[in-house]
Amino acid sequence: MELIIALGIGLLGGCGVWLLLRPRTFQVVLGLSLLSYAVNLFIFVMGWVRGGRPPFIDPALPVVAGVFADPLPQALVLTAIVISFATTALLLVVLLAARGLTGTDHVDGEEPGE
Amino acid sequence: MIEHLLVAPIVLPLAVGAALLLVDERRHRAKAIVSLCATLALVALAVLLAARADAPVTHVYRLGSWPAPFGIVLVADRLSAAMVLLAAVLALAALWFSLARWDRAGPHFHTLVQFLLAGLSGAFLTGDVFNLFVFFELLLAASYGLALYGGGAQRTRASLHYIVVNLAASLLFLVGVSLVYGVAGTLNMADIVTRVSALPPADRVLAEVGIGVLAVAFFIKAGMWPLGFWLAPAYAAAAAPAAALFSIMTKVGVYAVLRLWLLVFGGTSGAELLAFGGMATLVYGVVGMLASQNLGALAGYGLLVSSGTLLAAIGLGDAASTAAGLYYLFVSTVAIAAFFLLIELVGRAREAGADVLAVTAEAFGLGTQEAEPQAEVGFAVPAAMVFLGLAFLGCGLVIAGLPPLSGFLAKFALMDALVREEQNPAAAWIVVALLLASSLAATIAFVRAGVRIFWAAERVPPTVRLAEIAPIAALLVVCVALTVLAGPALDYLGEGAQALHAPASYLEEVLGQ
Repeated sequence: MELIIALGIGLLGGCGVWLLLRPRTFQVVLGLSLLSYAVNLFIFVMGWVRGGRPPFIDPALPVVAGVFADPLPQALVLTAIVISFATTALLLVVLLAARGLTGTDHVDGEEPGE
Repeated sequence: MIEHLLVAPIVLPLAVGAALLLVDERRHRAKAIVSLCATLALVALAVLLAARADAPVTHVYRLGSWPAPFGIVLVADRLSAAMVLLAAVLALAALWFSLARWDRAGPHFHTLVQFLLAGLSGAFLTGDVFNLFVFFELLLAASYGLALYGGGAQRTRASLHYIVVNLAASLLFLVGVSLVYGVAGTLNMADIVTRVSALPPADRVLAEVGIGVLAVAFFIKAGMWPLGFWLAPAYAAAAAPAAALFSIMTKVGVYAVLRLWLLVFGGTSGAELLAFGGMATLVYGVVGMLASQNLGALAGYGLLVSSGTLLAAIGLGDAASTAAGLYYLFVSTVAIAAFFLLIELVGRAREAGADVLAVTAEAFGLGTQEAEPQAEVGFAVPAAMVFLGLAFLGCGLVIAGLPPLSGFLAKFALMDALVREEQNPAAAWIVVALLLASSLAATIAFVRAGVRIFWAAERVPPTVRLAEIAPIAALLVVCVALTVLAGPALDYLGEGAQALHAPASYLEEVLGQ
């Protein structure tokens, strides 16, 4: 399980970095999205990958912290998802504005060689 | 009641910013008054907070009264209170300046400024790493809006780079936070300290990697070489009041490094990296200043010089050099903010032809033969030009660190502390030499720009308003006041630096119930 998640994070992160370094703004946006998926998975895994742990505390049982899933990484991931969603939306607006104002979708606002 | 003072600098701008969102743009006068009053109140709150923080105990505010490692804490010591005060003062000046015309150049200017202030106050006051991330995002989101404020192709192009770089930095921040959480099992800064020191060596490495990744994120914000290439173009393109506010944003990165690094590592491991990174930034900033083709870039590289100086001072020194570095932080930030405001007014005095800029003109020998001796003696200088010239001189003196203003005192105190420093004398002397070289370079850059602008043969008298002149004058008065009150200010920051280097009170107050 750890291996699959680690490979997934690596693949998403690698693709994200490659796209982030591309010259077109849309590729950059996609790259940032992929990177944020990789980071979200990474945060999630930091609560350790363990199966069969209940997320809720059963009031009938005595409370043993080690038995339950760690809820904090899930809360962190939720916050990170919301923030990256909002910033991606903002970046898309800037991307469209830049496309409209400069007439090109190159990240530098001008075609190379011009 | 007084204990809620700690959360007020975050809640007030957040509430005012949200409320202003609901008011129609056509009632801009009412919006401006509300925003200005809120910022004035924030300055008053920050003064109260700074006065209250001047005590041996660190003040801690537990949100929702949750006990320390579980809930989020806000912590006010001397450093964080003073940083909140600095942010509030800069925001007041920027808002005042914007009243002349900038606040009507686009929608929701006041909301953006208030949200930026909430983010800044939160980042300075929080004692929780993830909460620091949230406040960073808040202030960055507001800064994206401000960087784009006013529109135009150049601004949009520069903002695009700024936003992408900062988003990537935020992702690094998250990776660092989650690594630290995975190893230490806590997000509370004070709790991280106790947990990390108790870790077995194998896990400790992982925690150090986590803090290292966090540090890279902070270095990007602070503009450390080689992570700071985005800074000068983005700041030079921003609208004047926005750029003035941005001058404190690089300092948020420096503040976060200072806080976390001294708290978790006690200023030992990684000191060389910090010092050499600072020196490289200093050199890069100096070269950039000399090569700047316009005043906005000059100010941007001035910020890099200030960041580099601070990082080198923090990395090399003890509490004394940290204190001098903090004084330098305040002085240089205020002066560069005033300079960013001044640039716009000066820009109006230049004609279109003057955009063949100082460096290029000198290199090609342009403009040297036009200086024929003139018979006129009493050339009438417009009052606005006199003020702009004096303000330019003042900013230049502080940024370059020449006497008699506070920039000189700051650099002198820093050099004094570095020379006395015993651990790494060779590196300390190199930094002293670099500081002197940066002063020389800044002097050359400012004199060259000033001669081209103010002593040019043909010029158009600029039309400036009192509302634009007054905030610049006020910021320069702050610089003068910091010169006169250098003793108390240095004492205050010295105590703050001592507390940073020996954070016993911080740990005790945060974790003790």
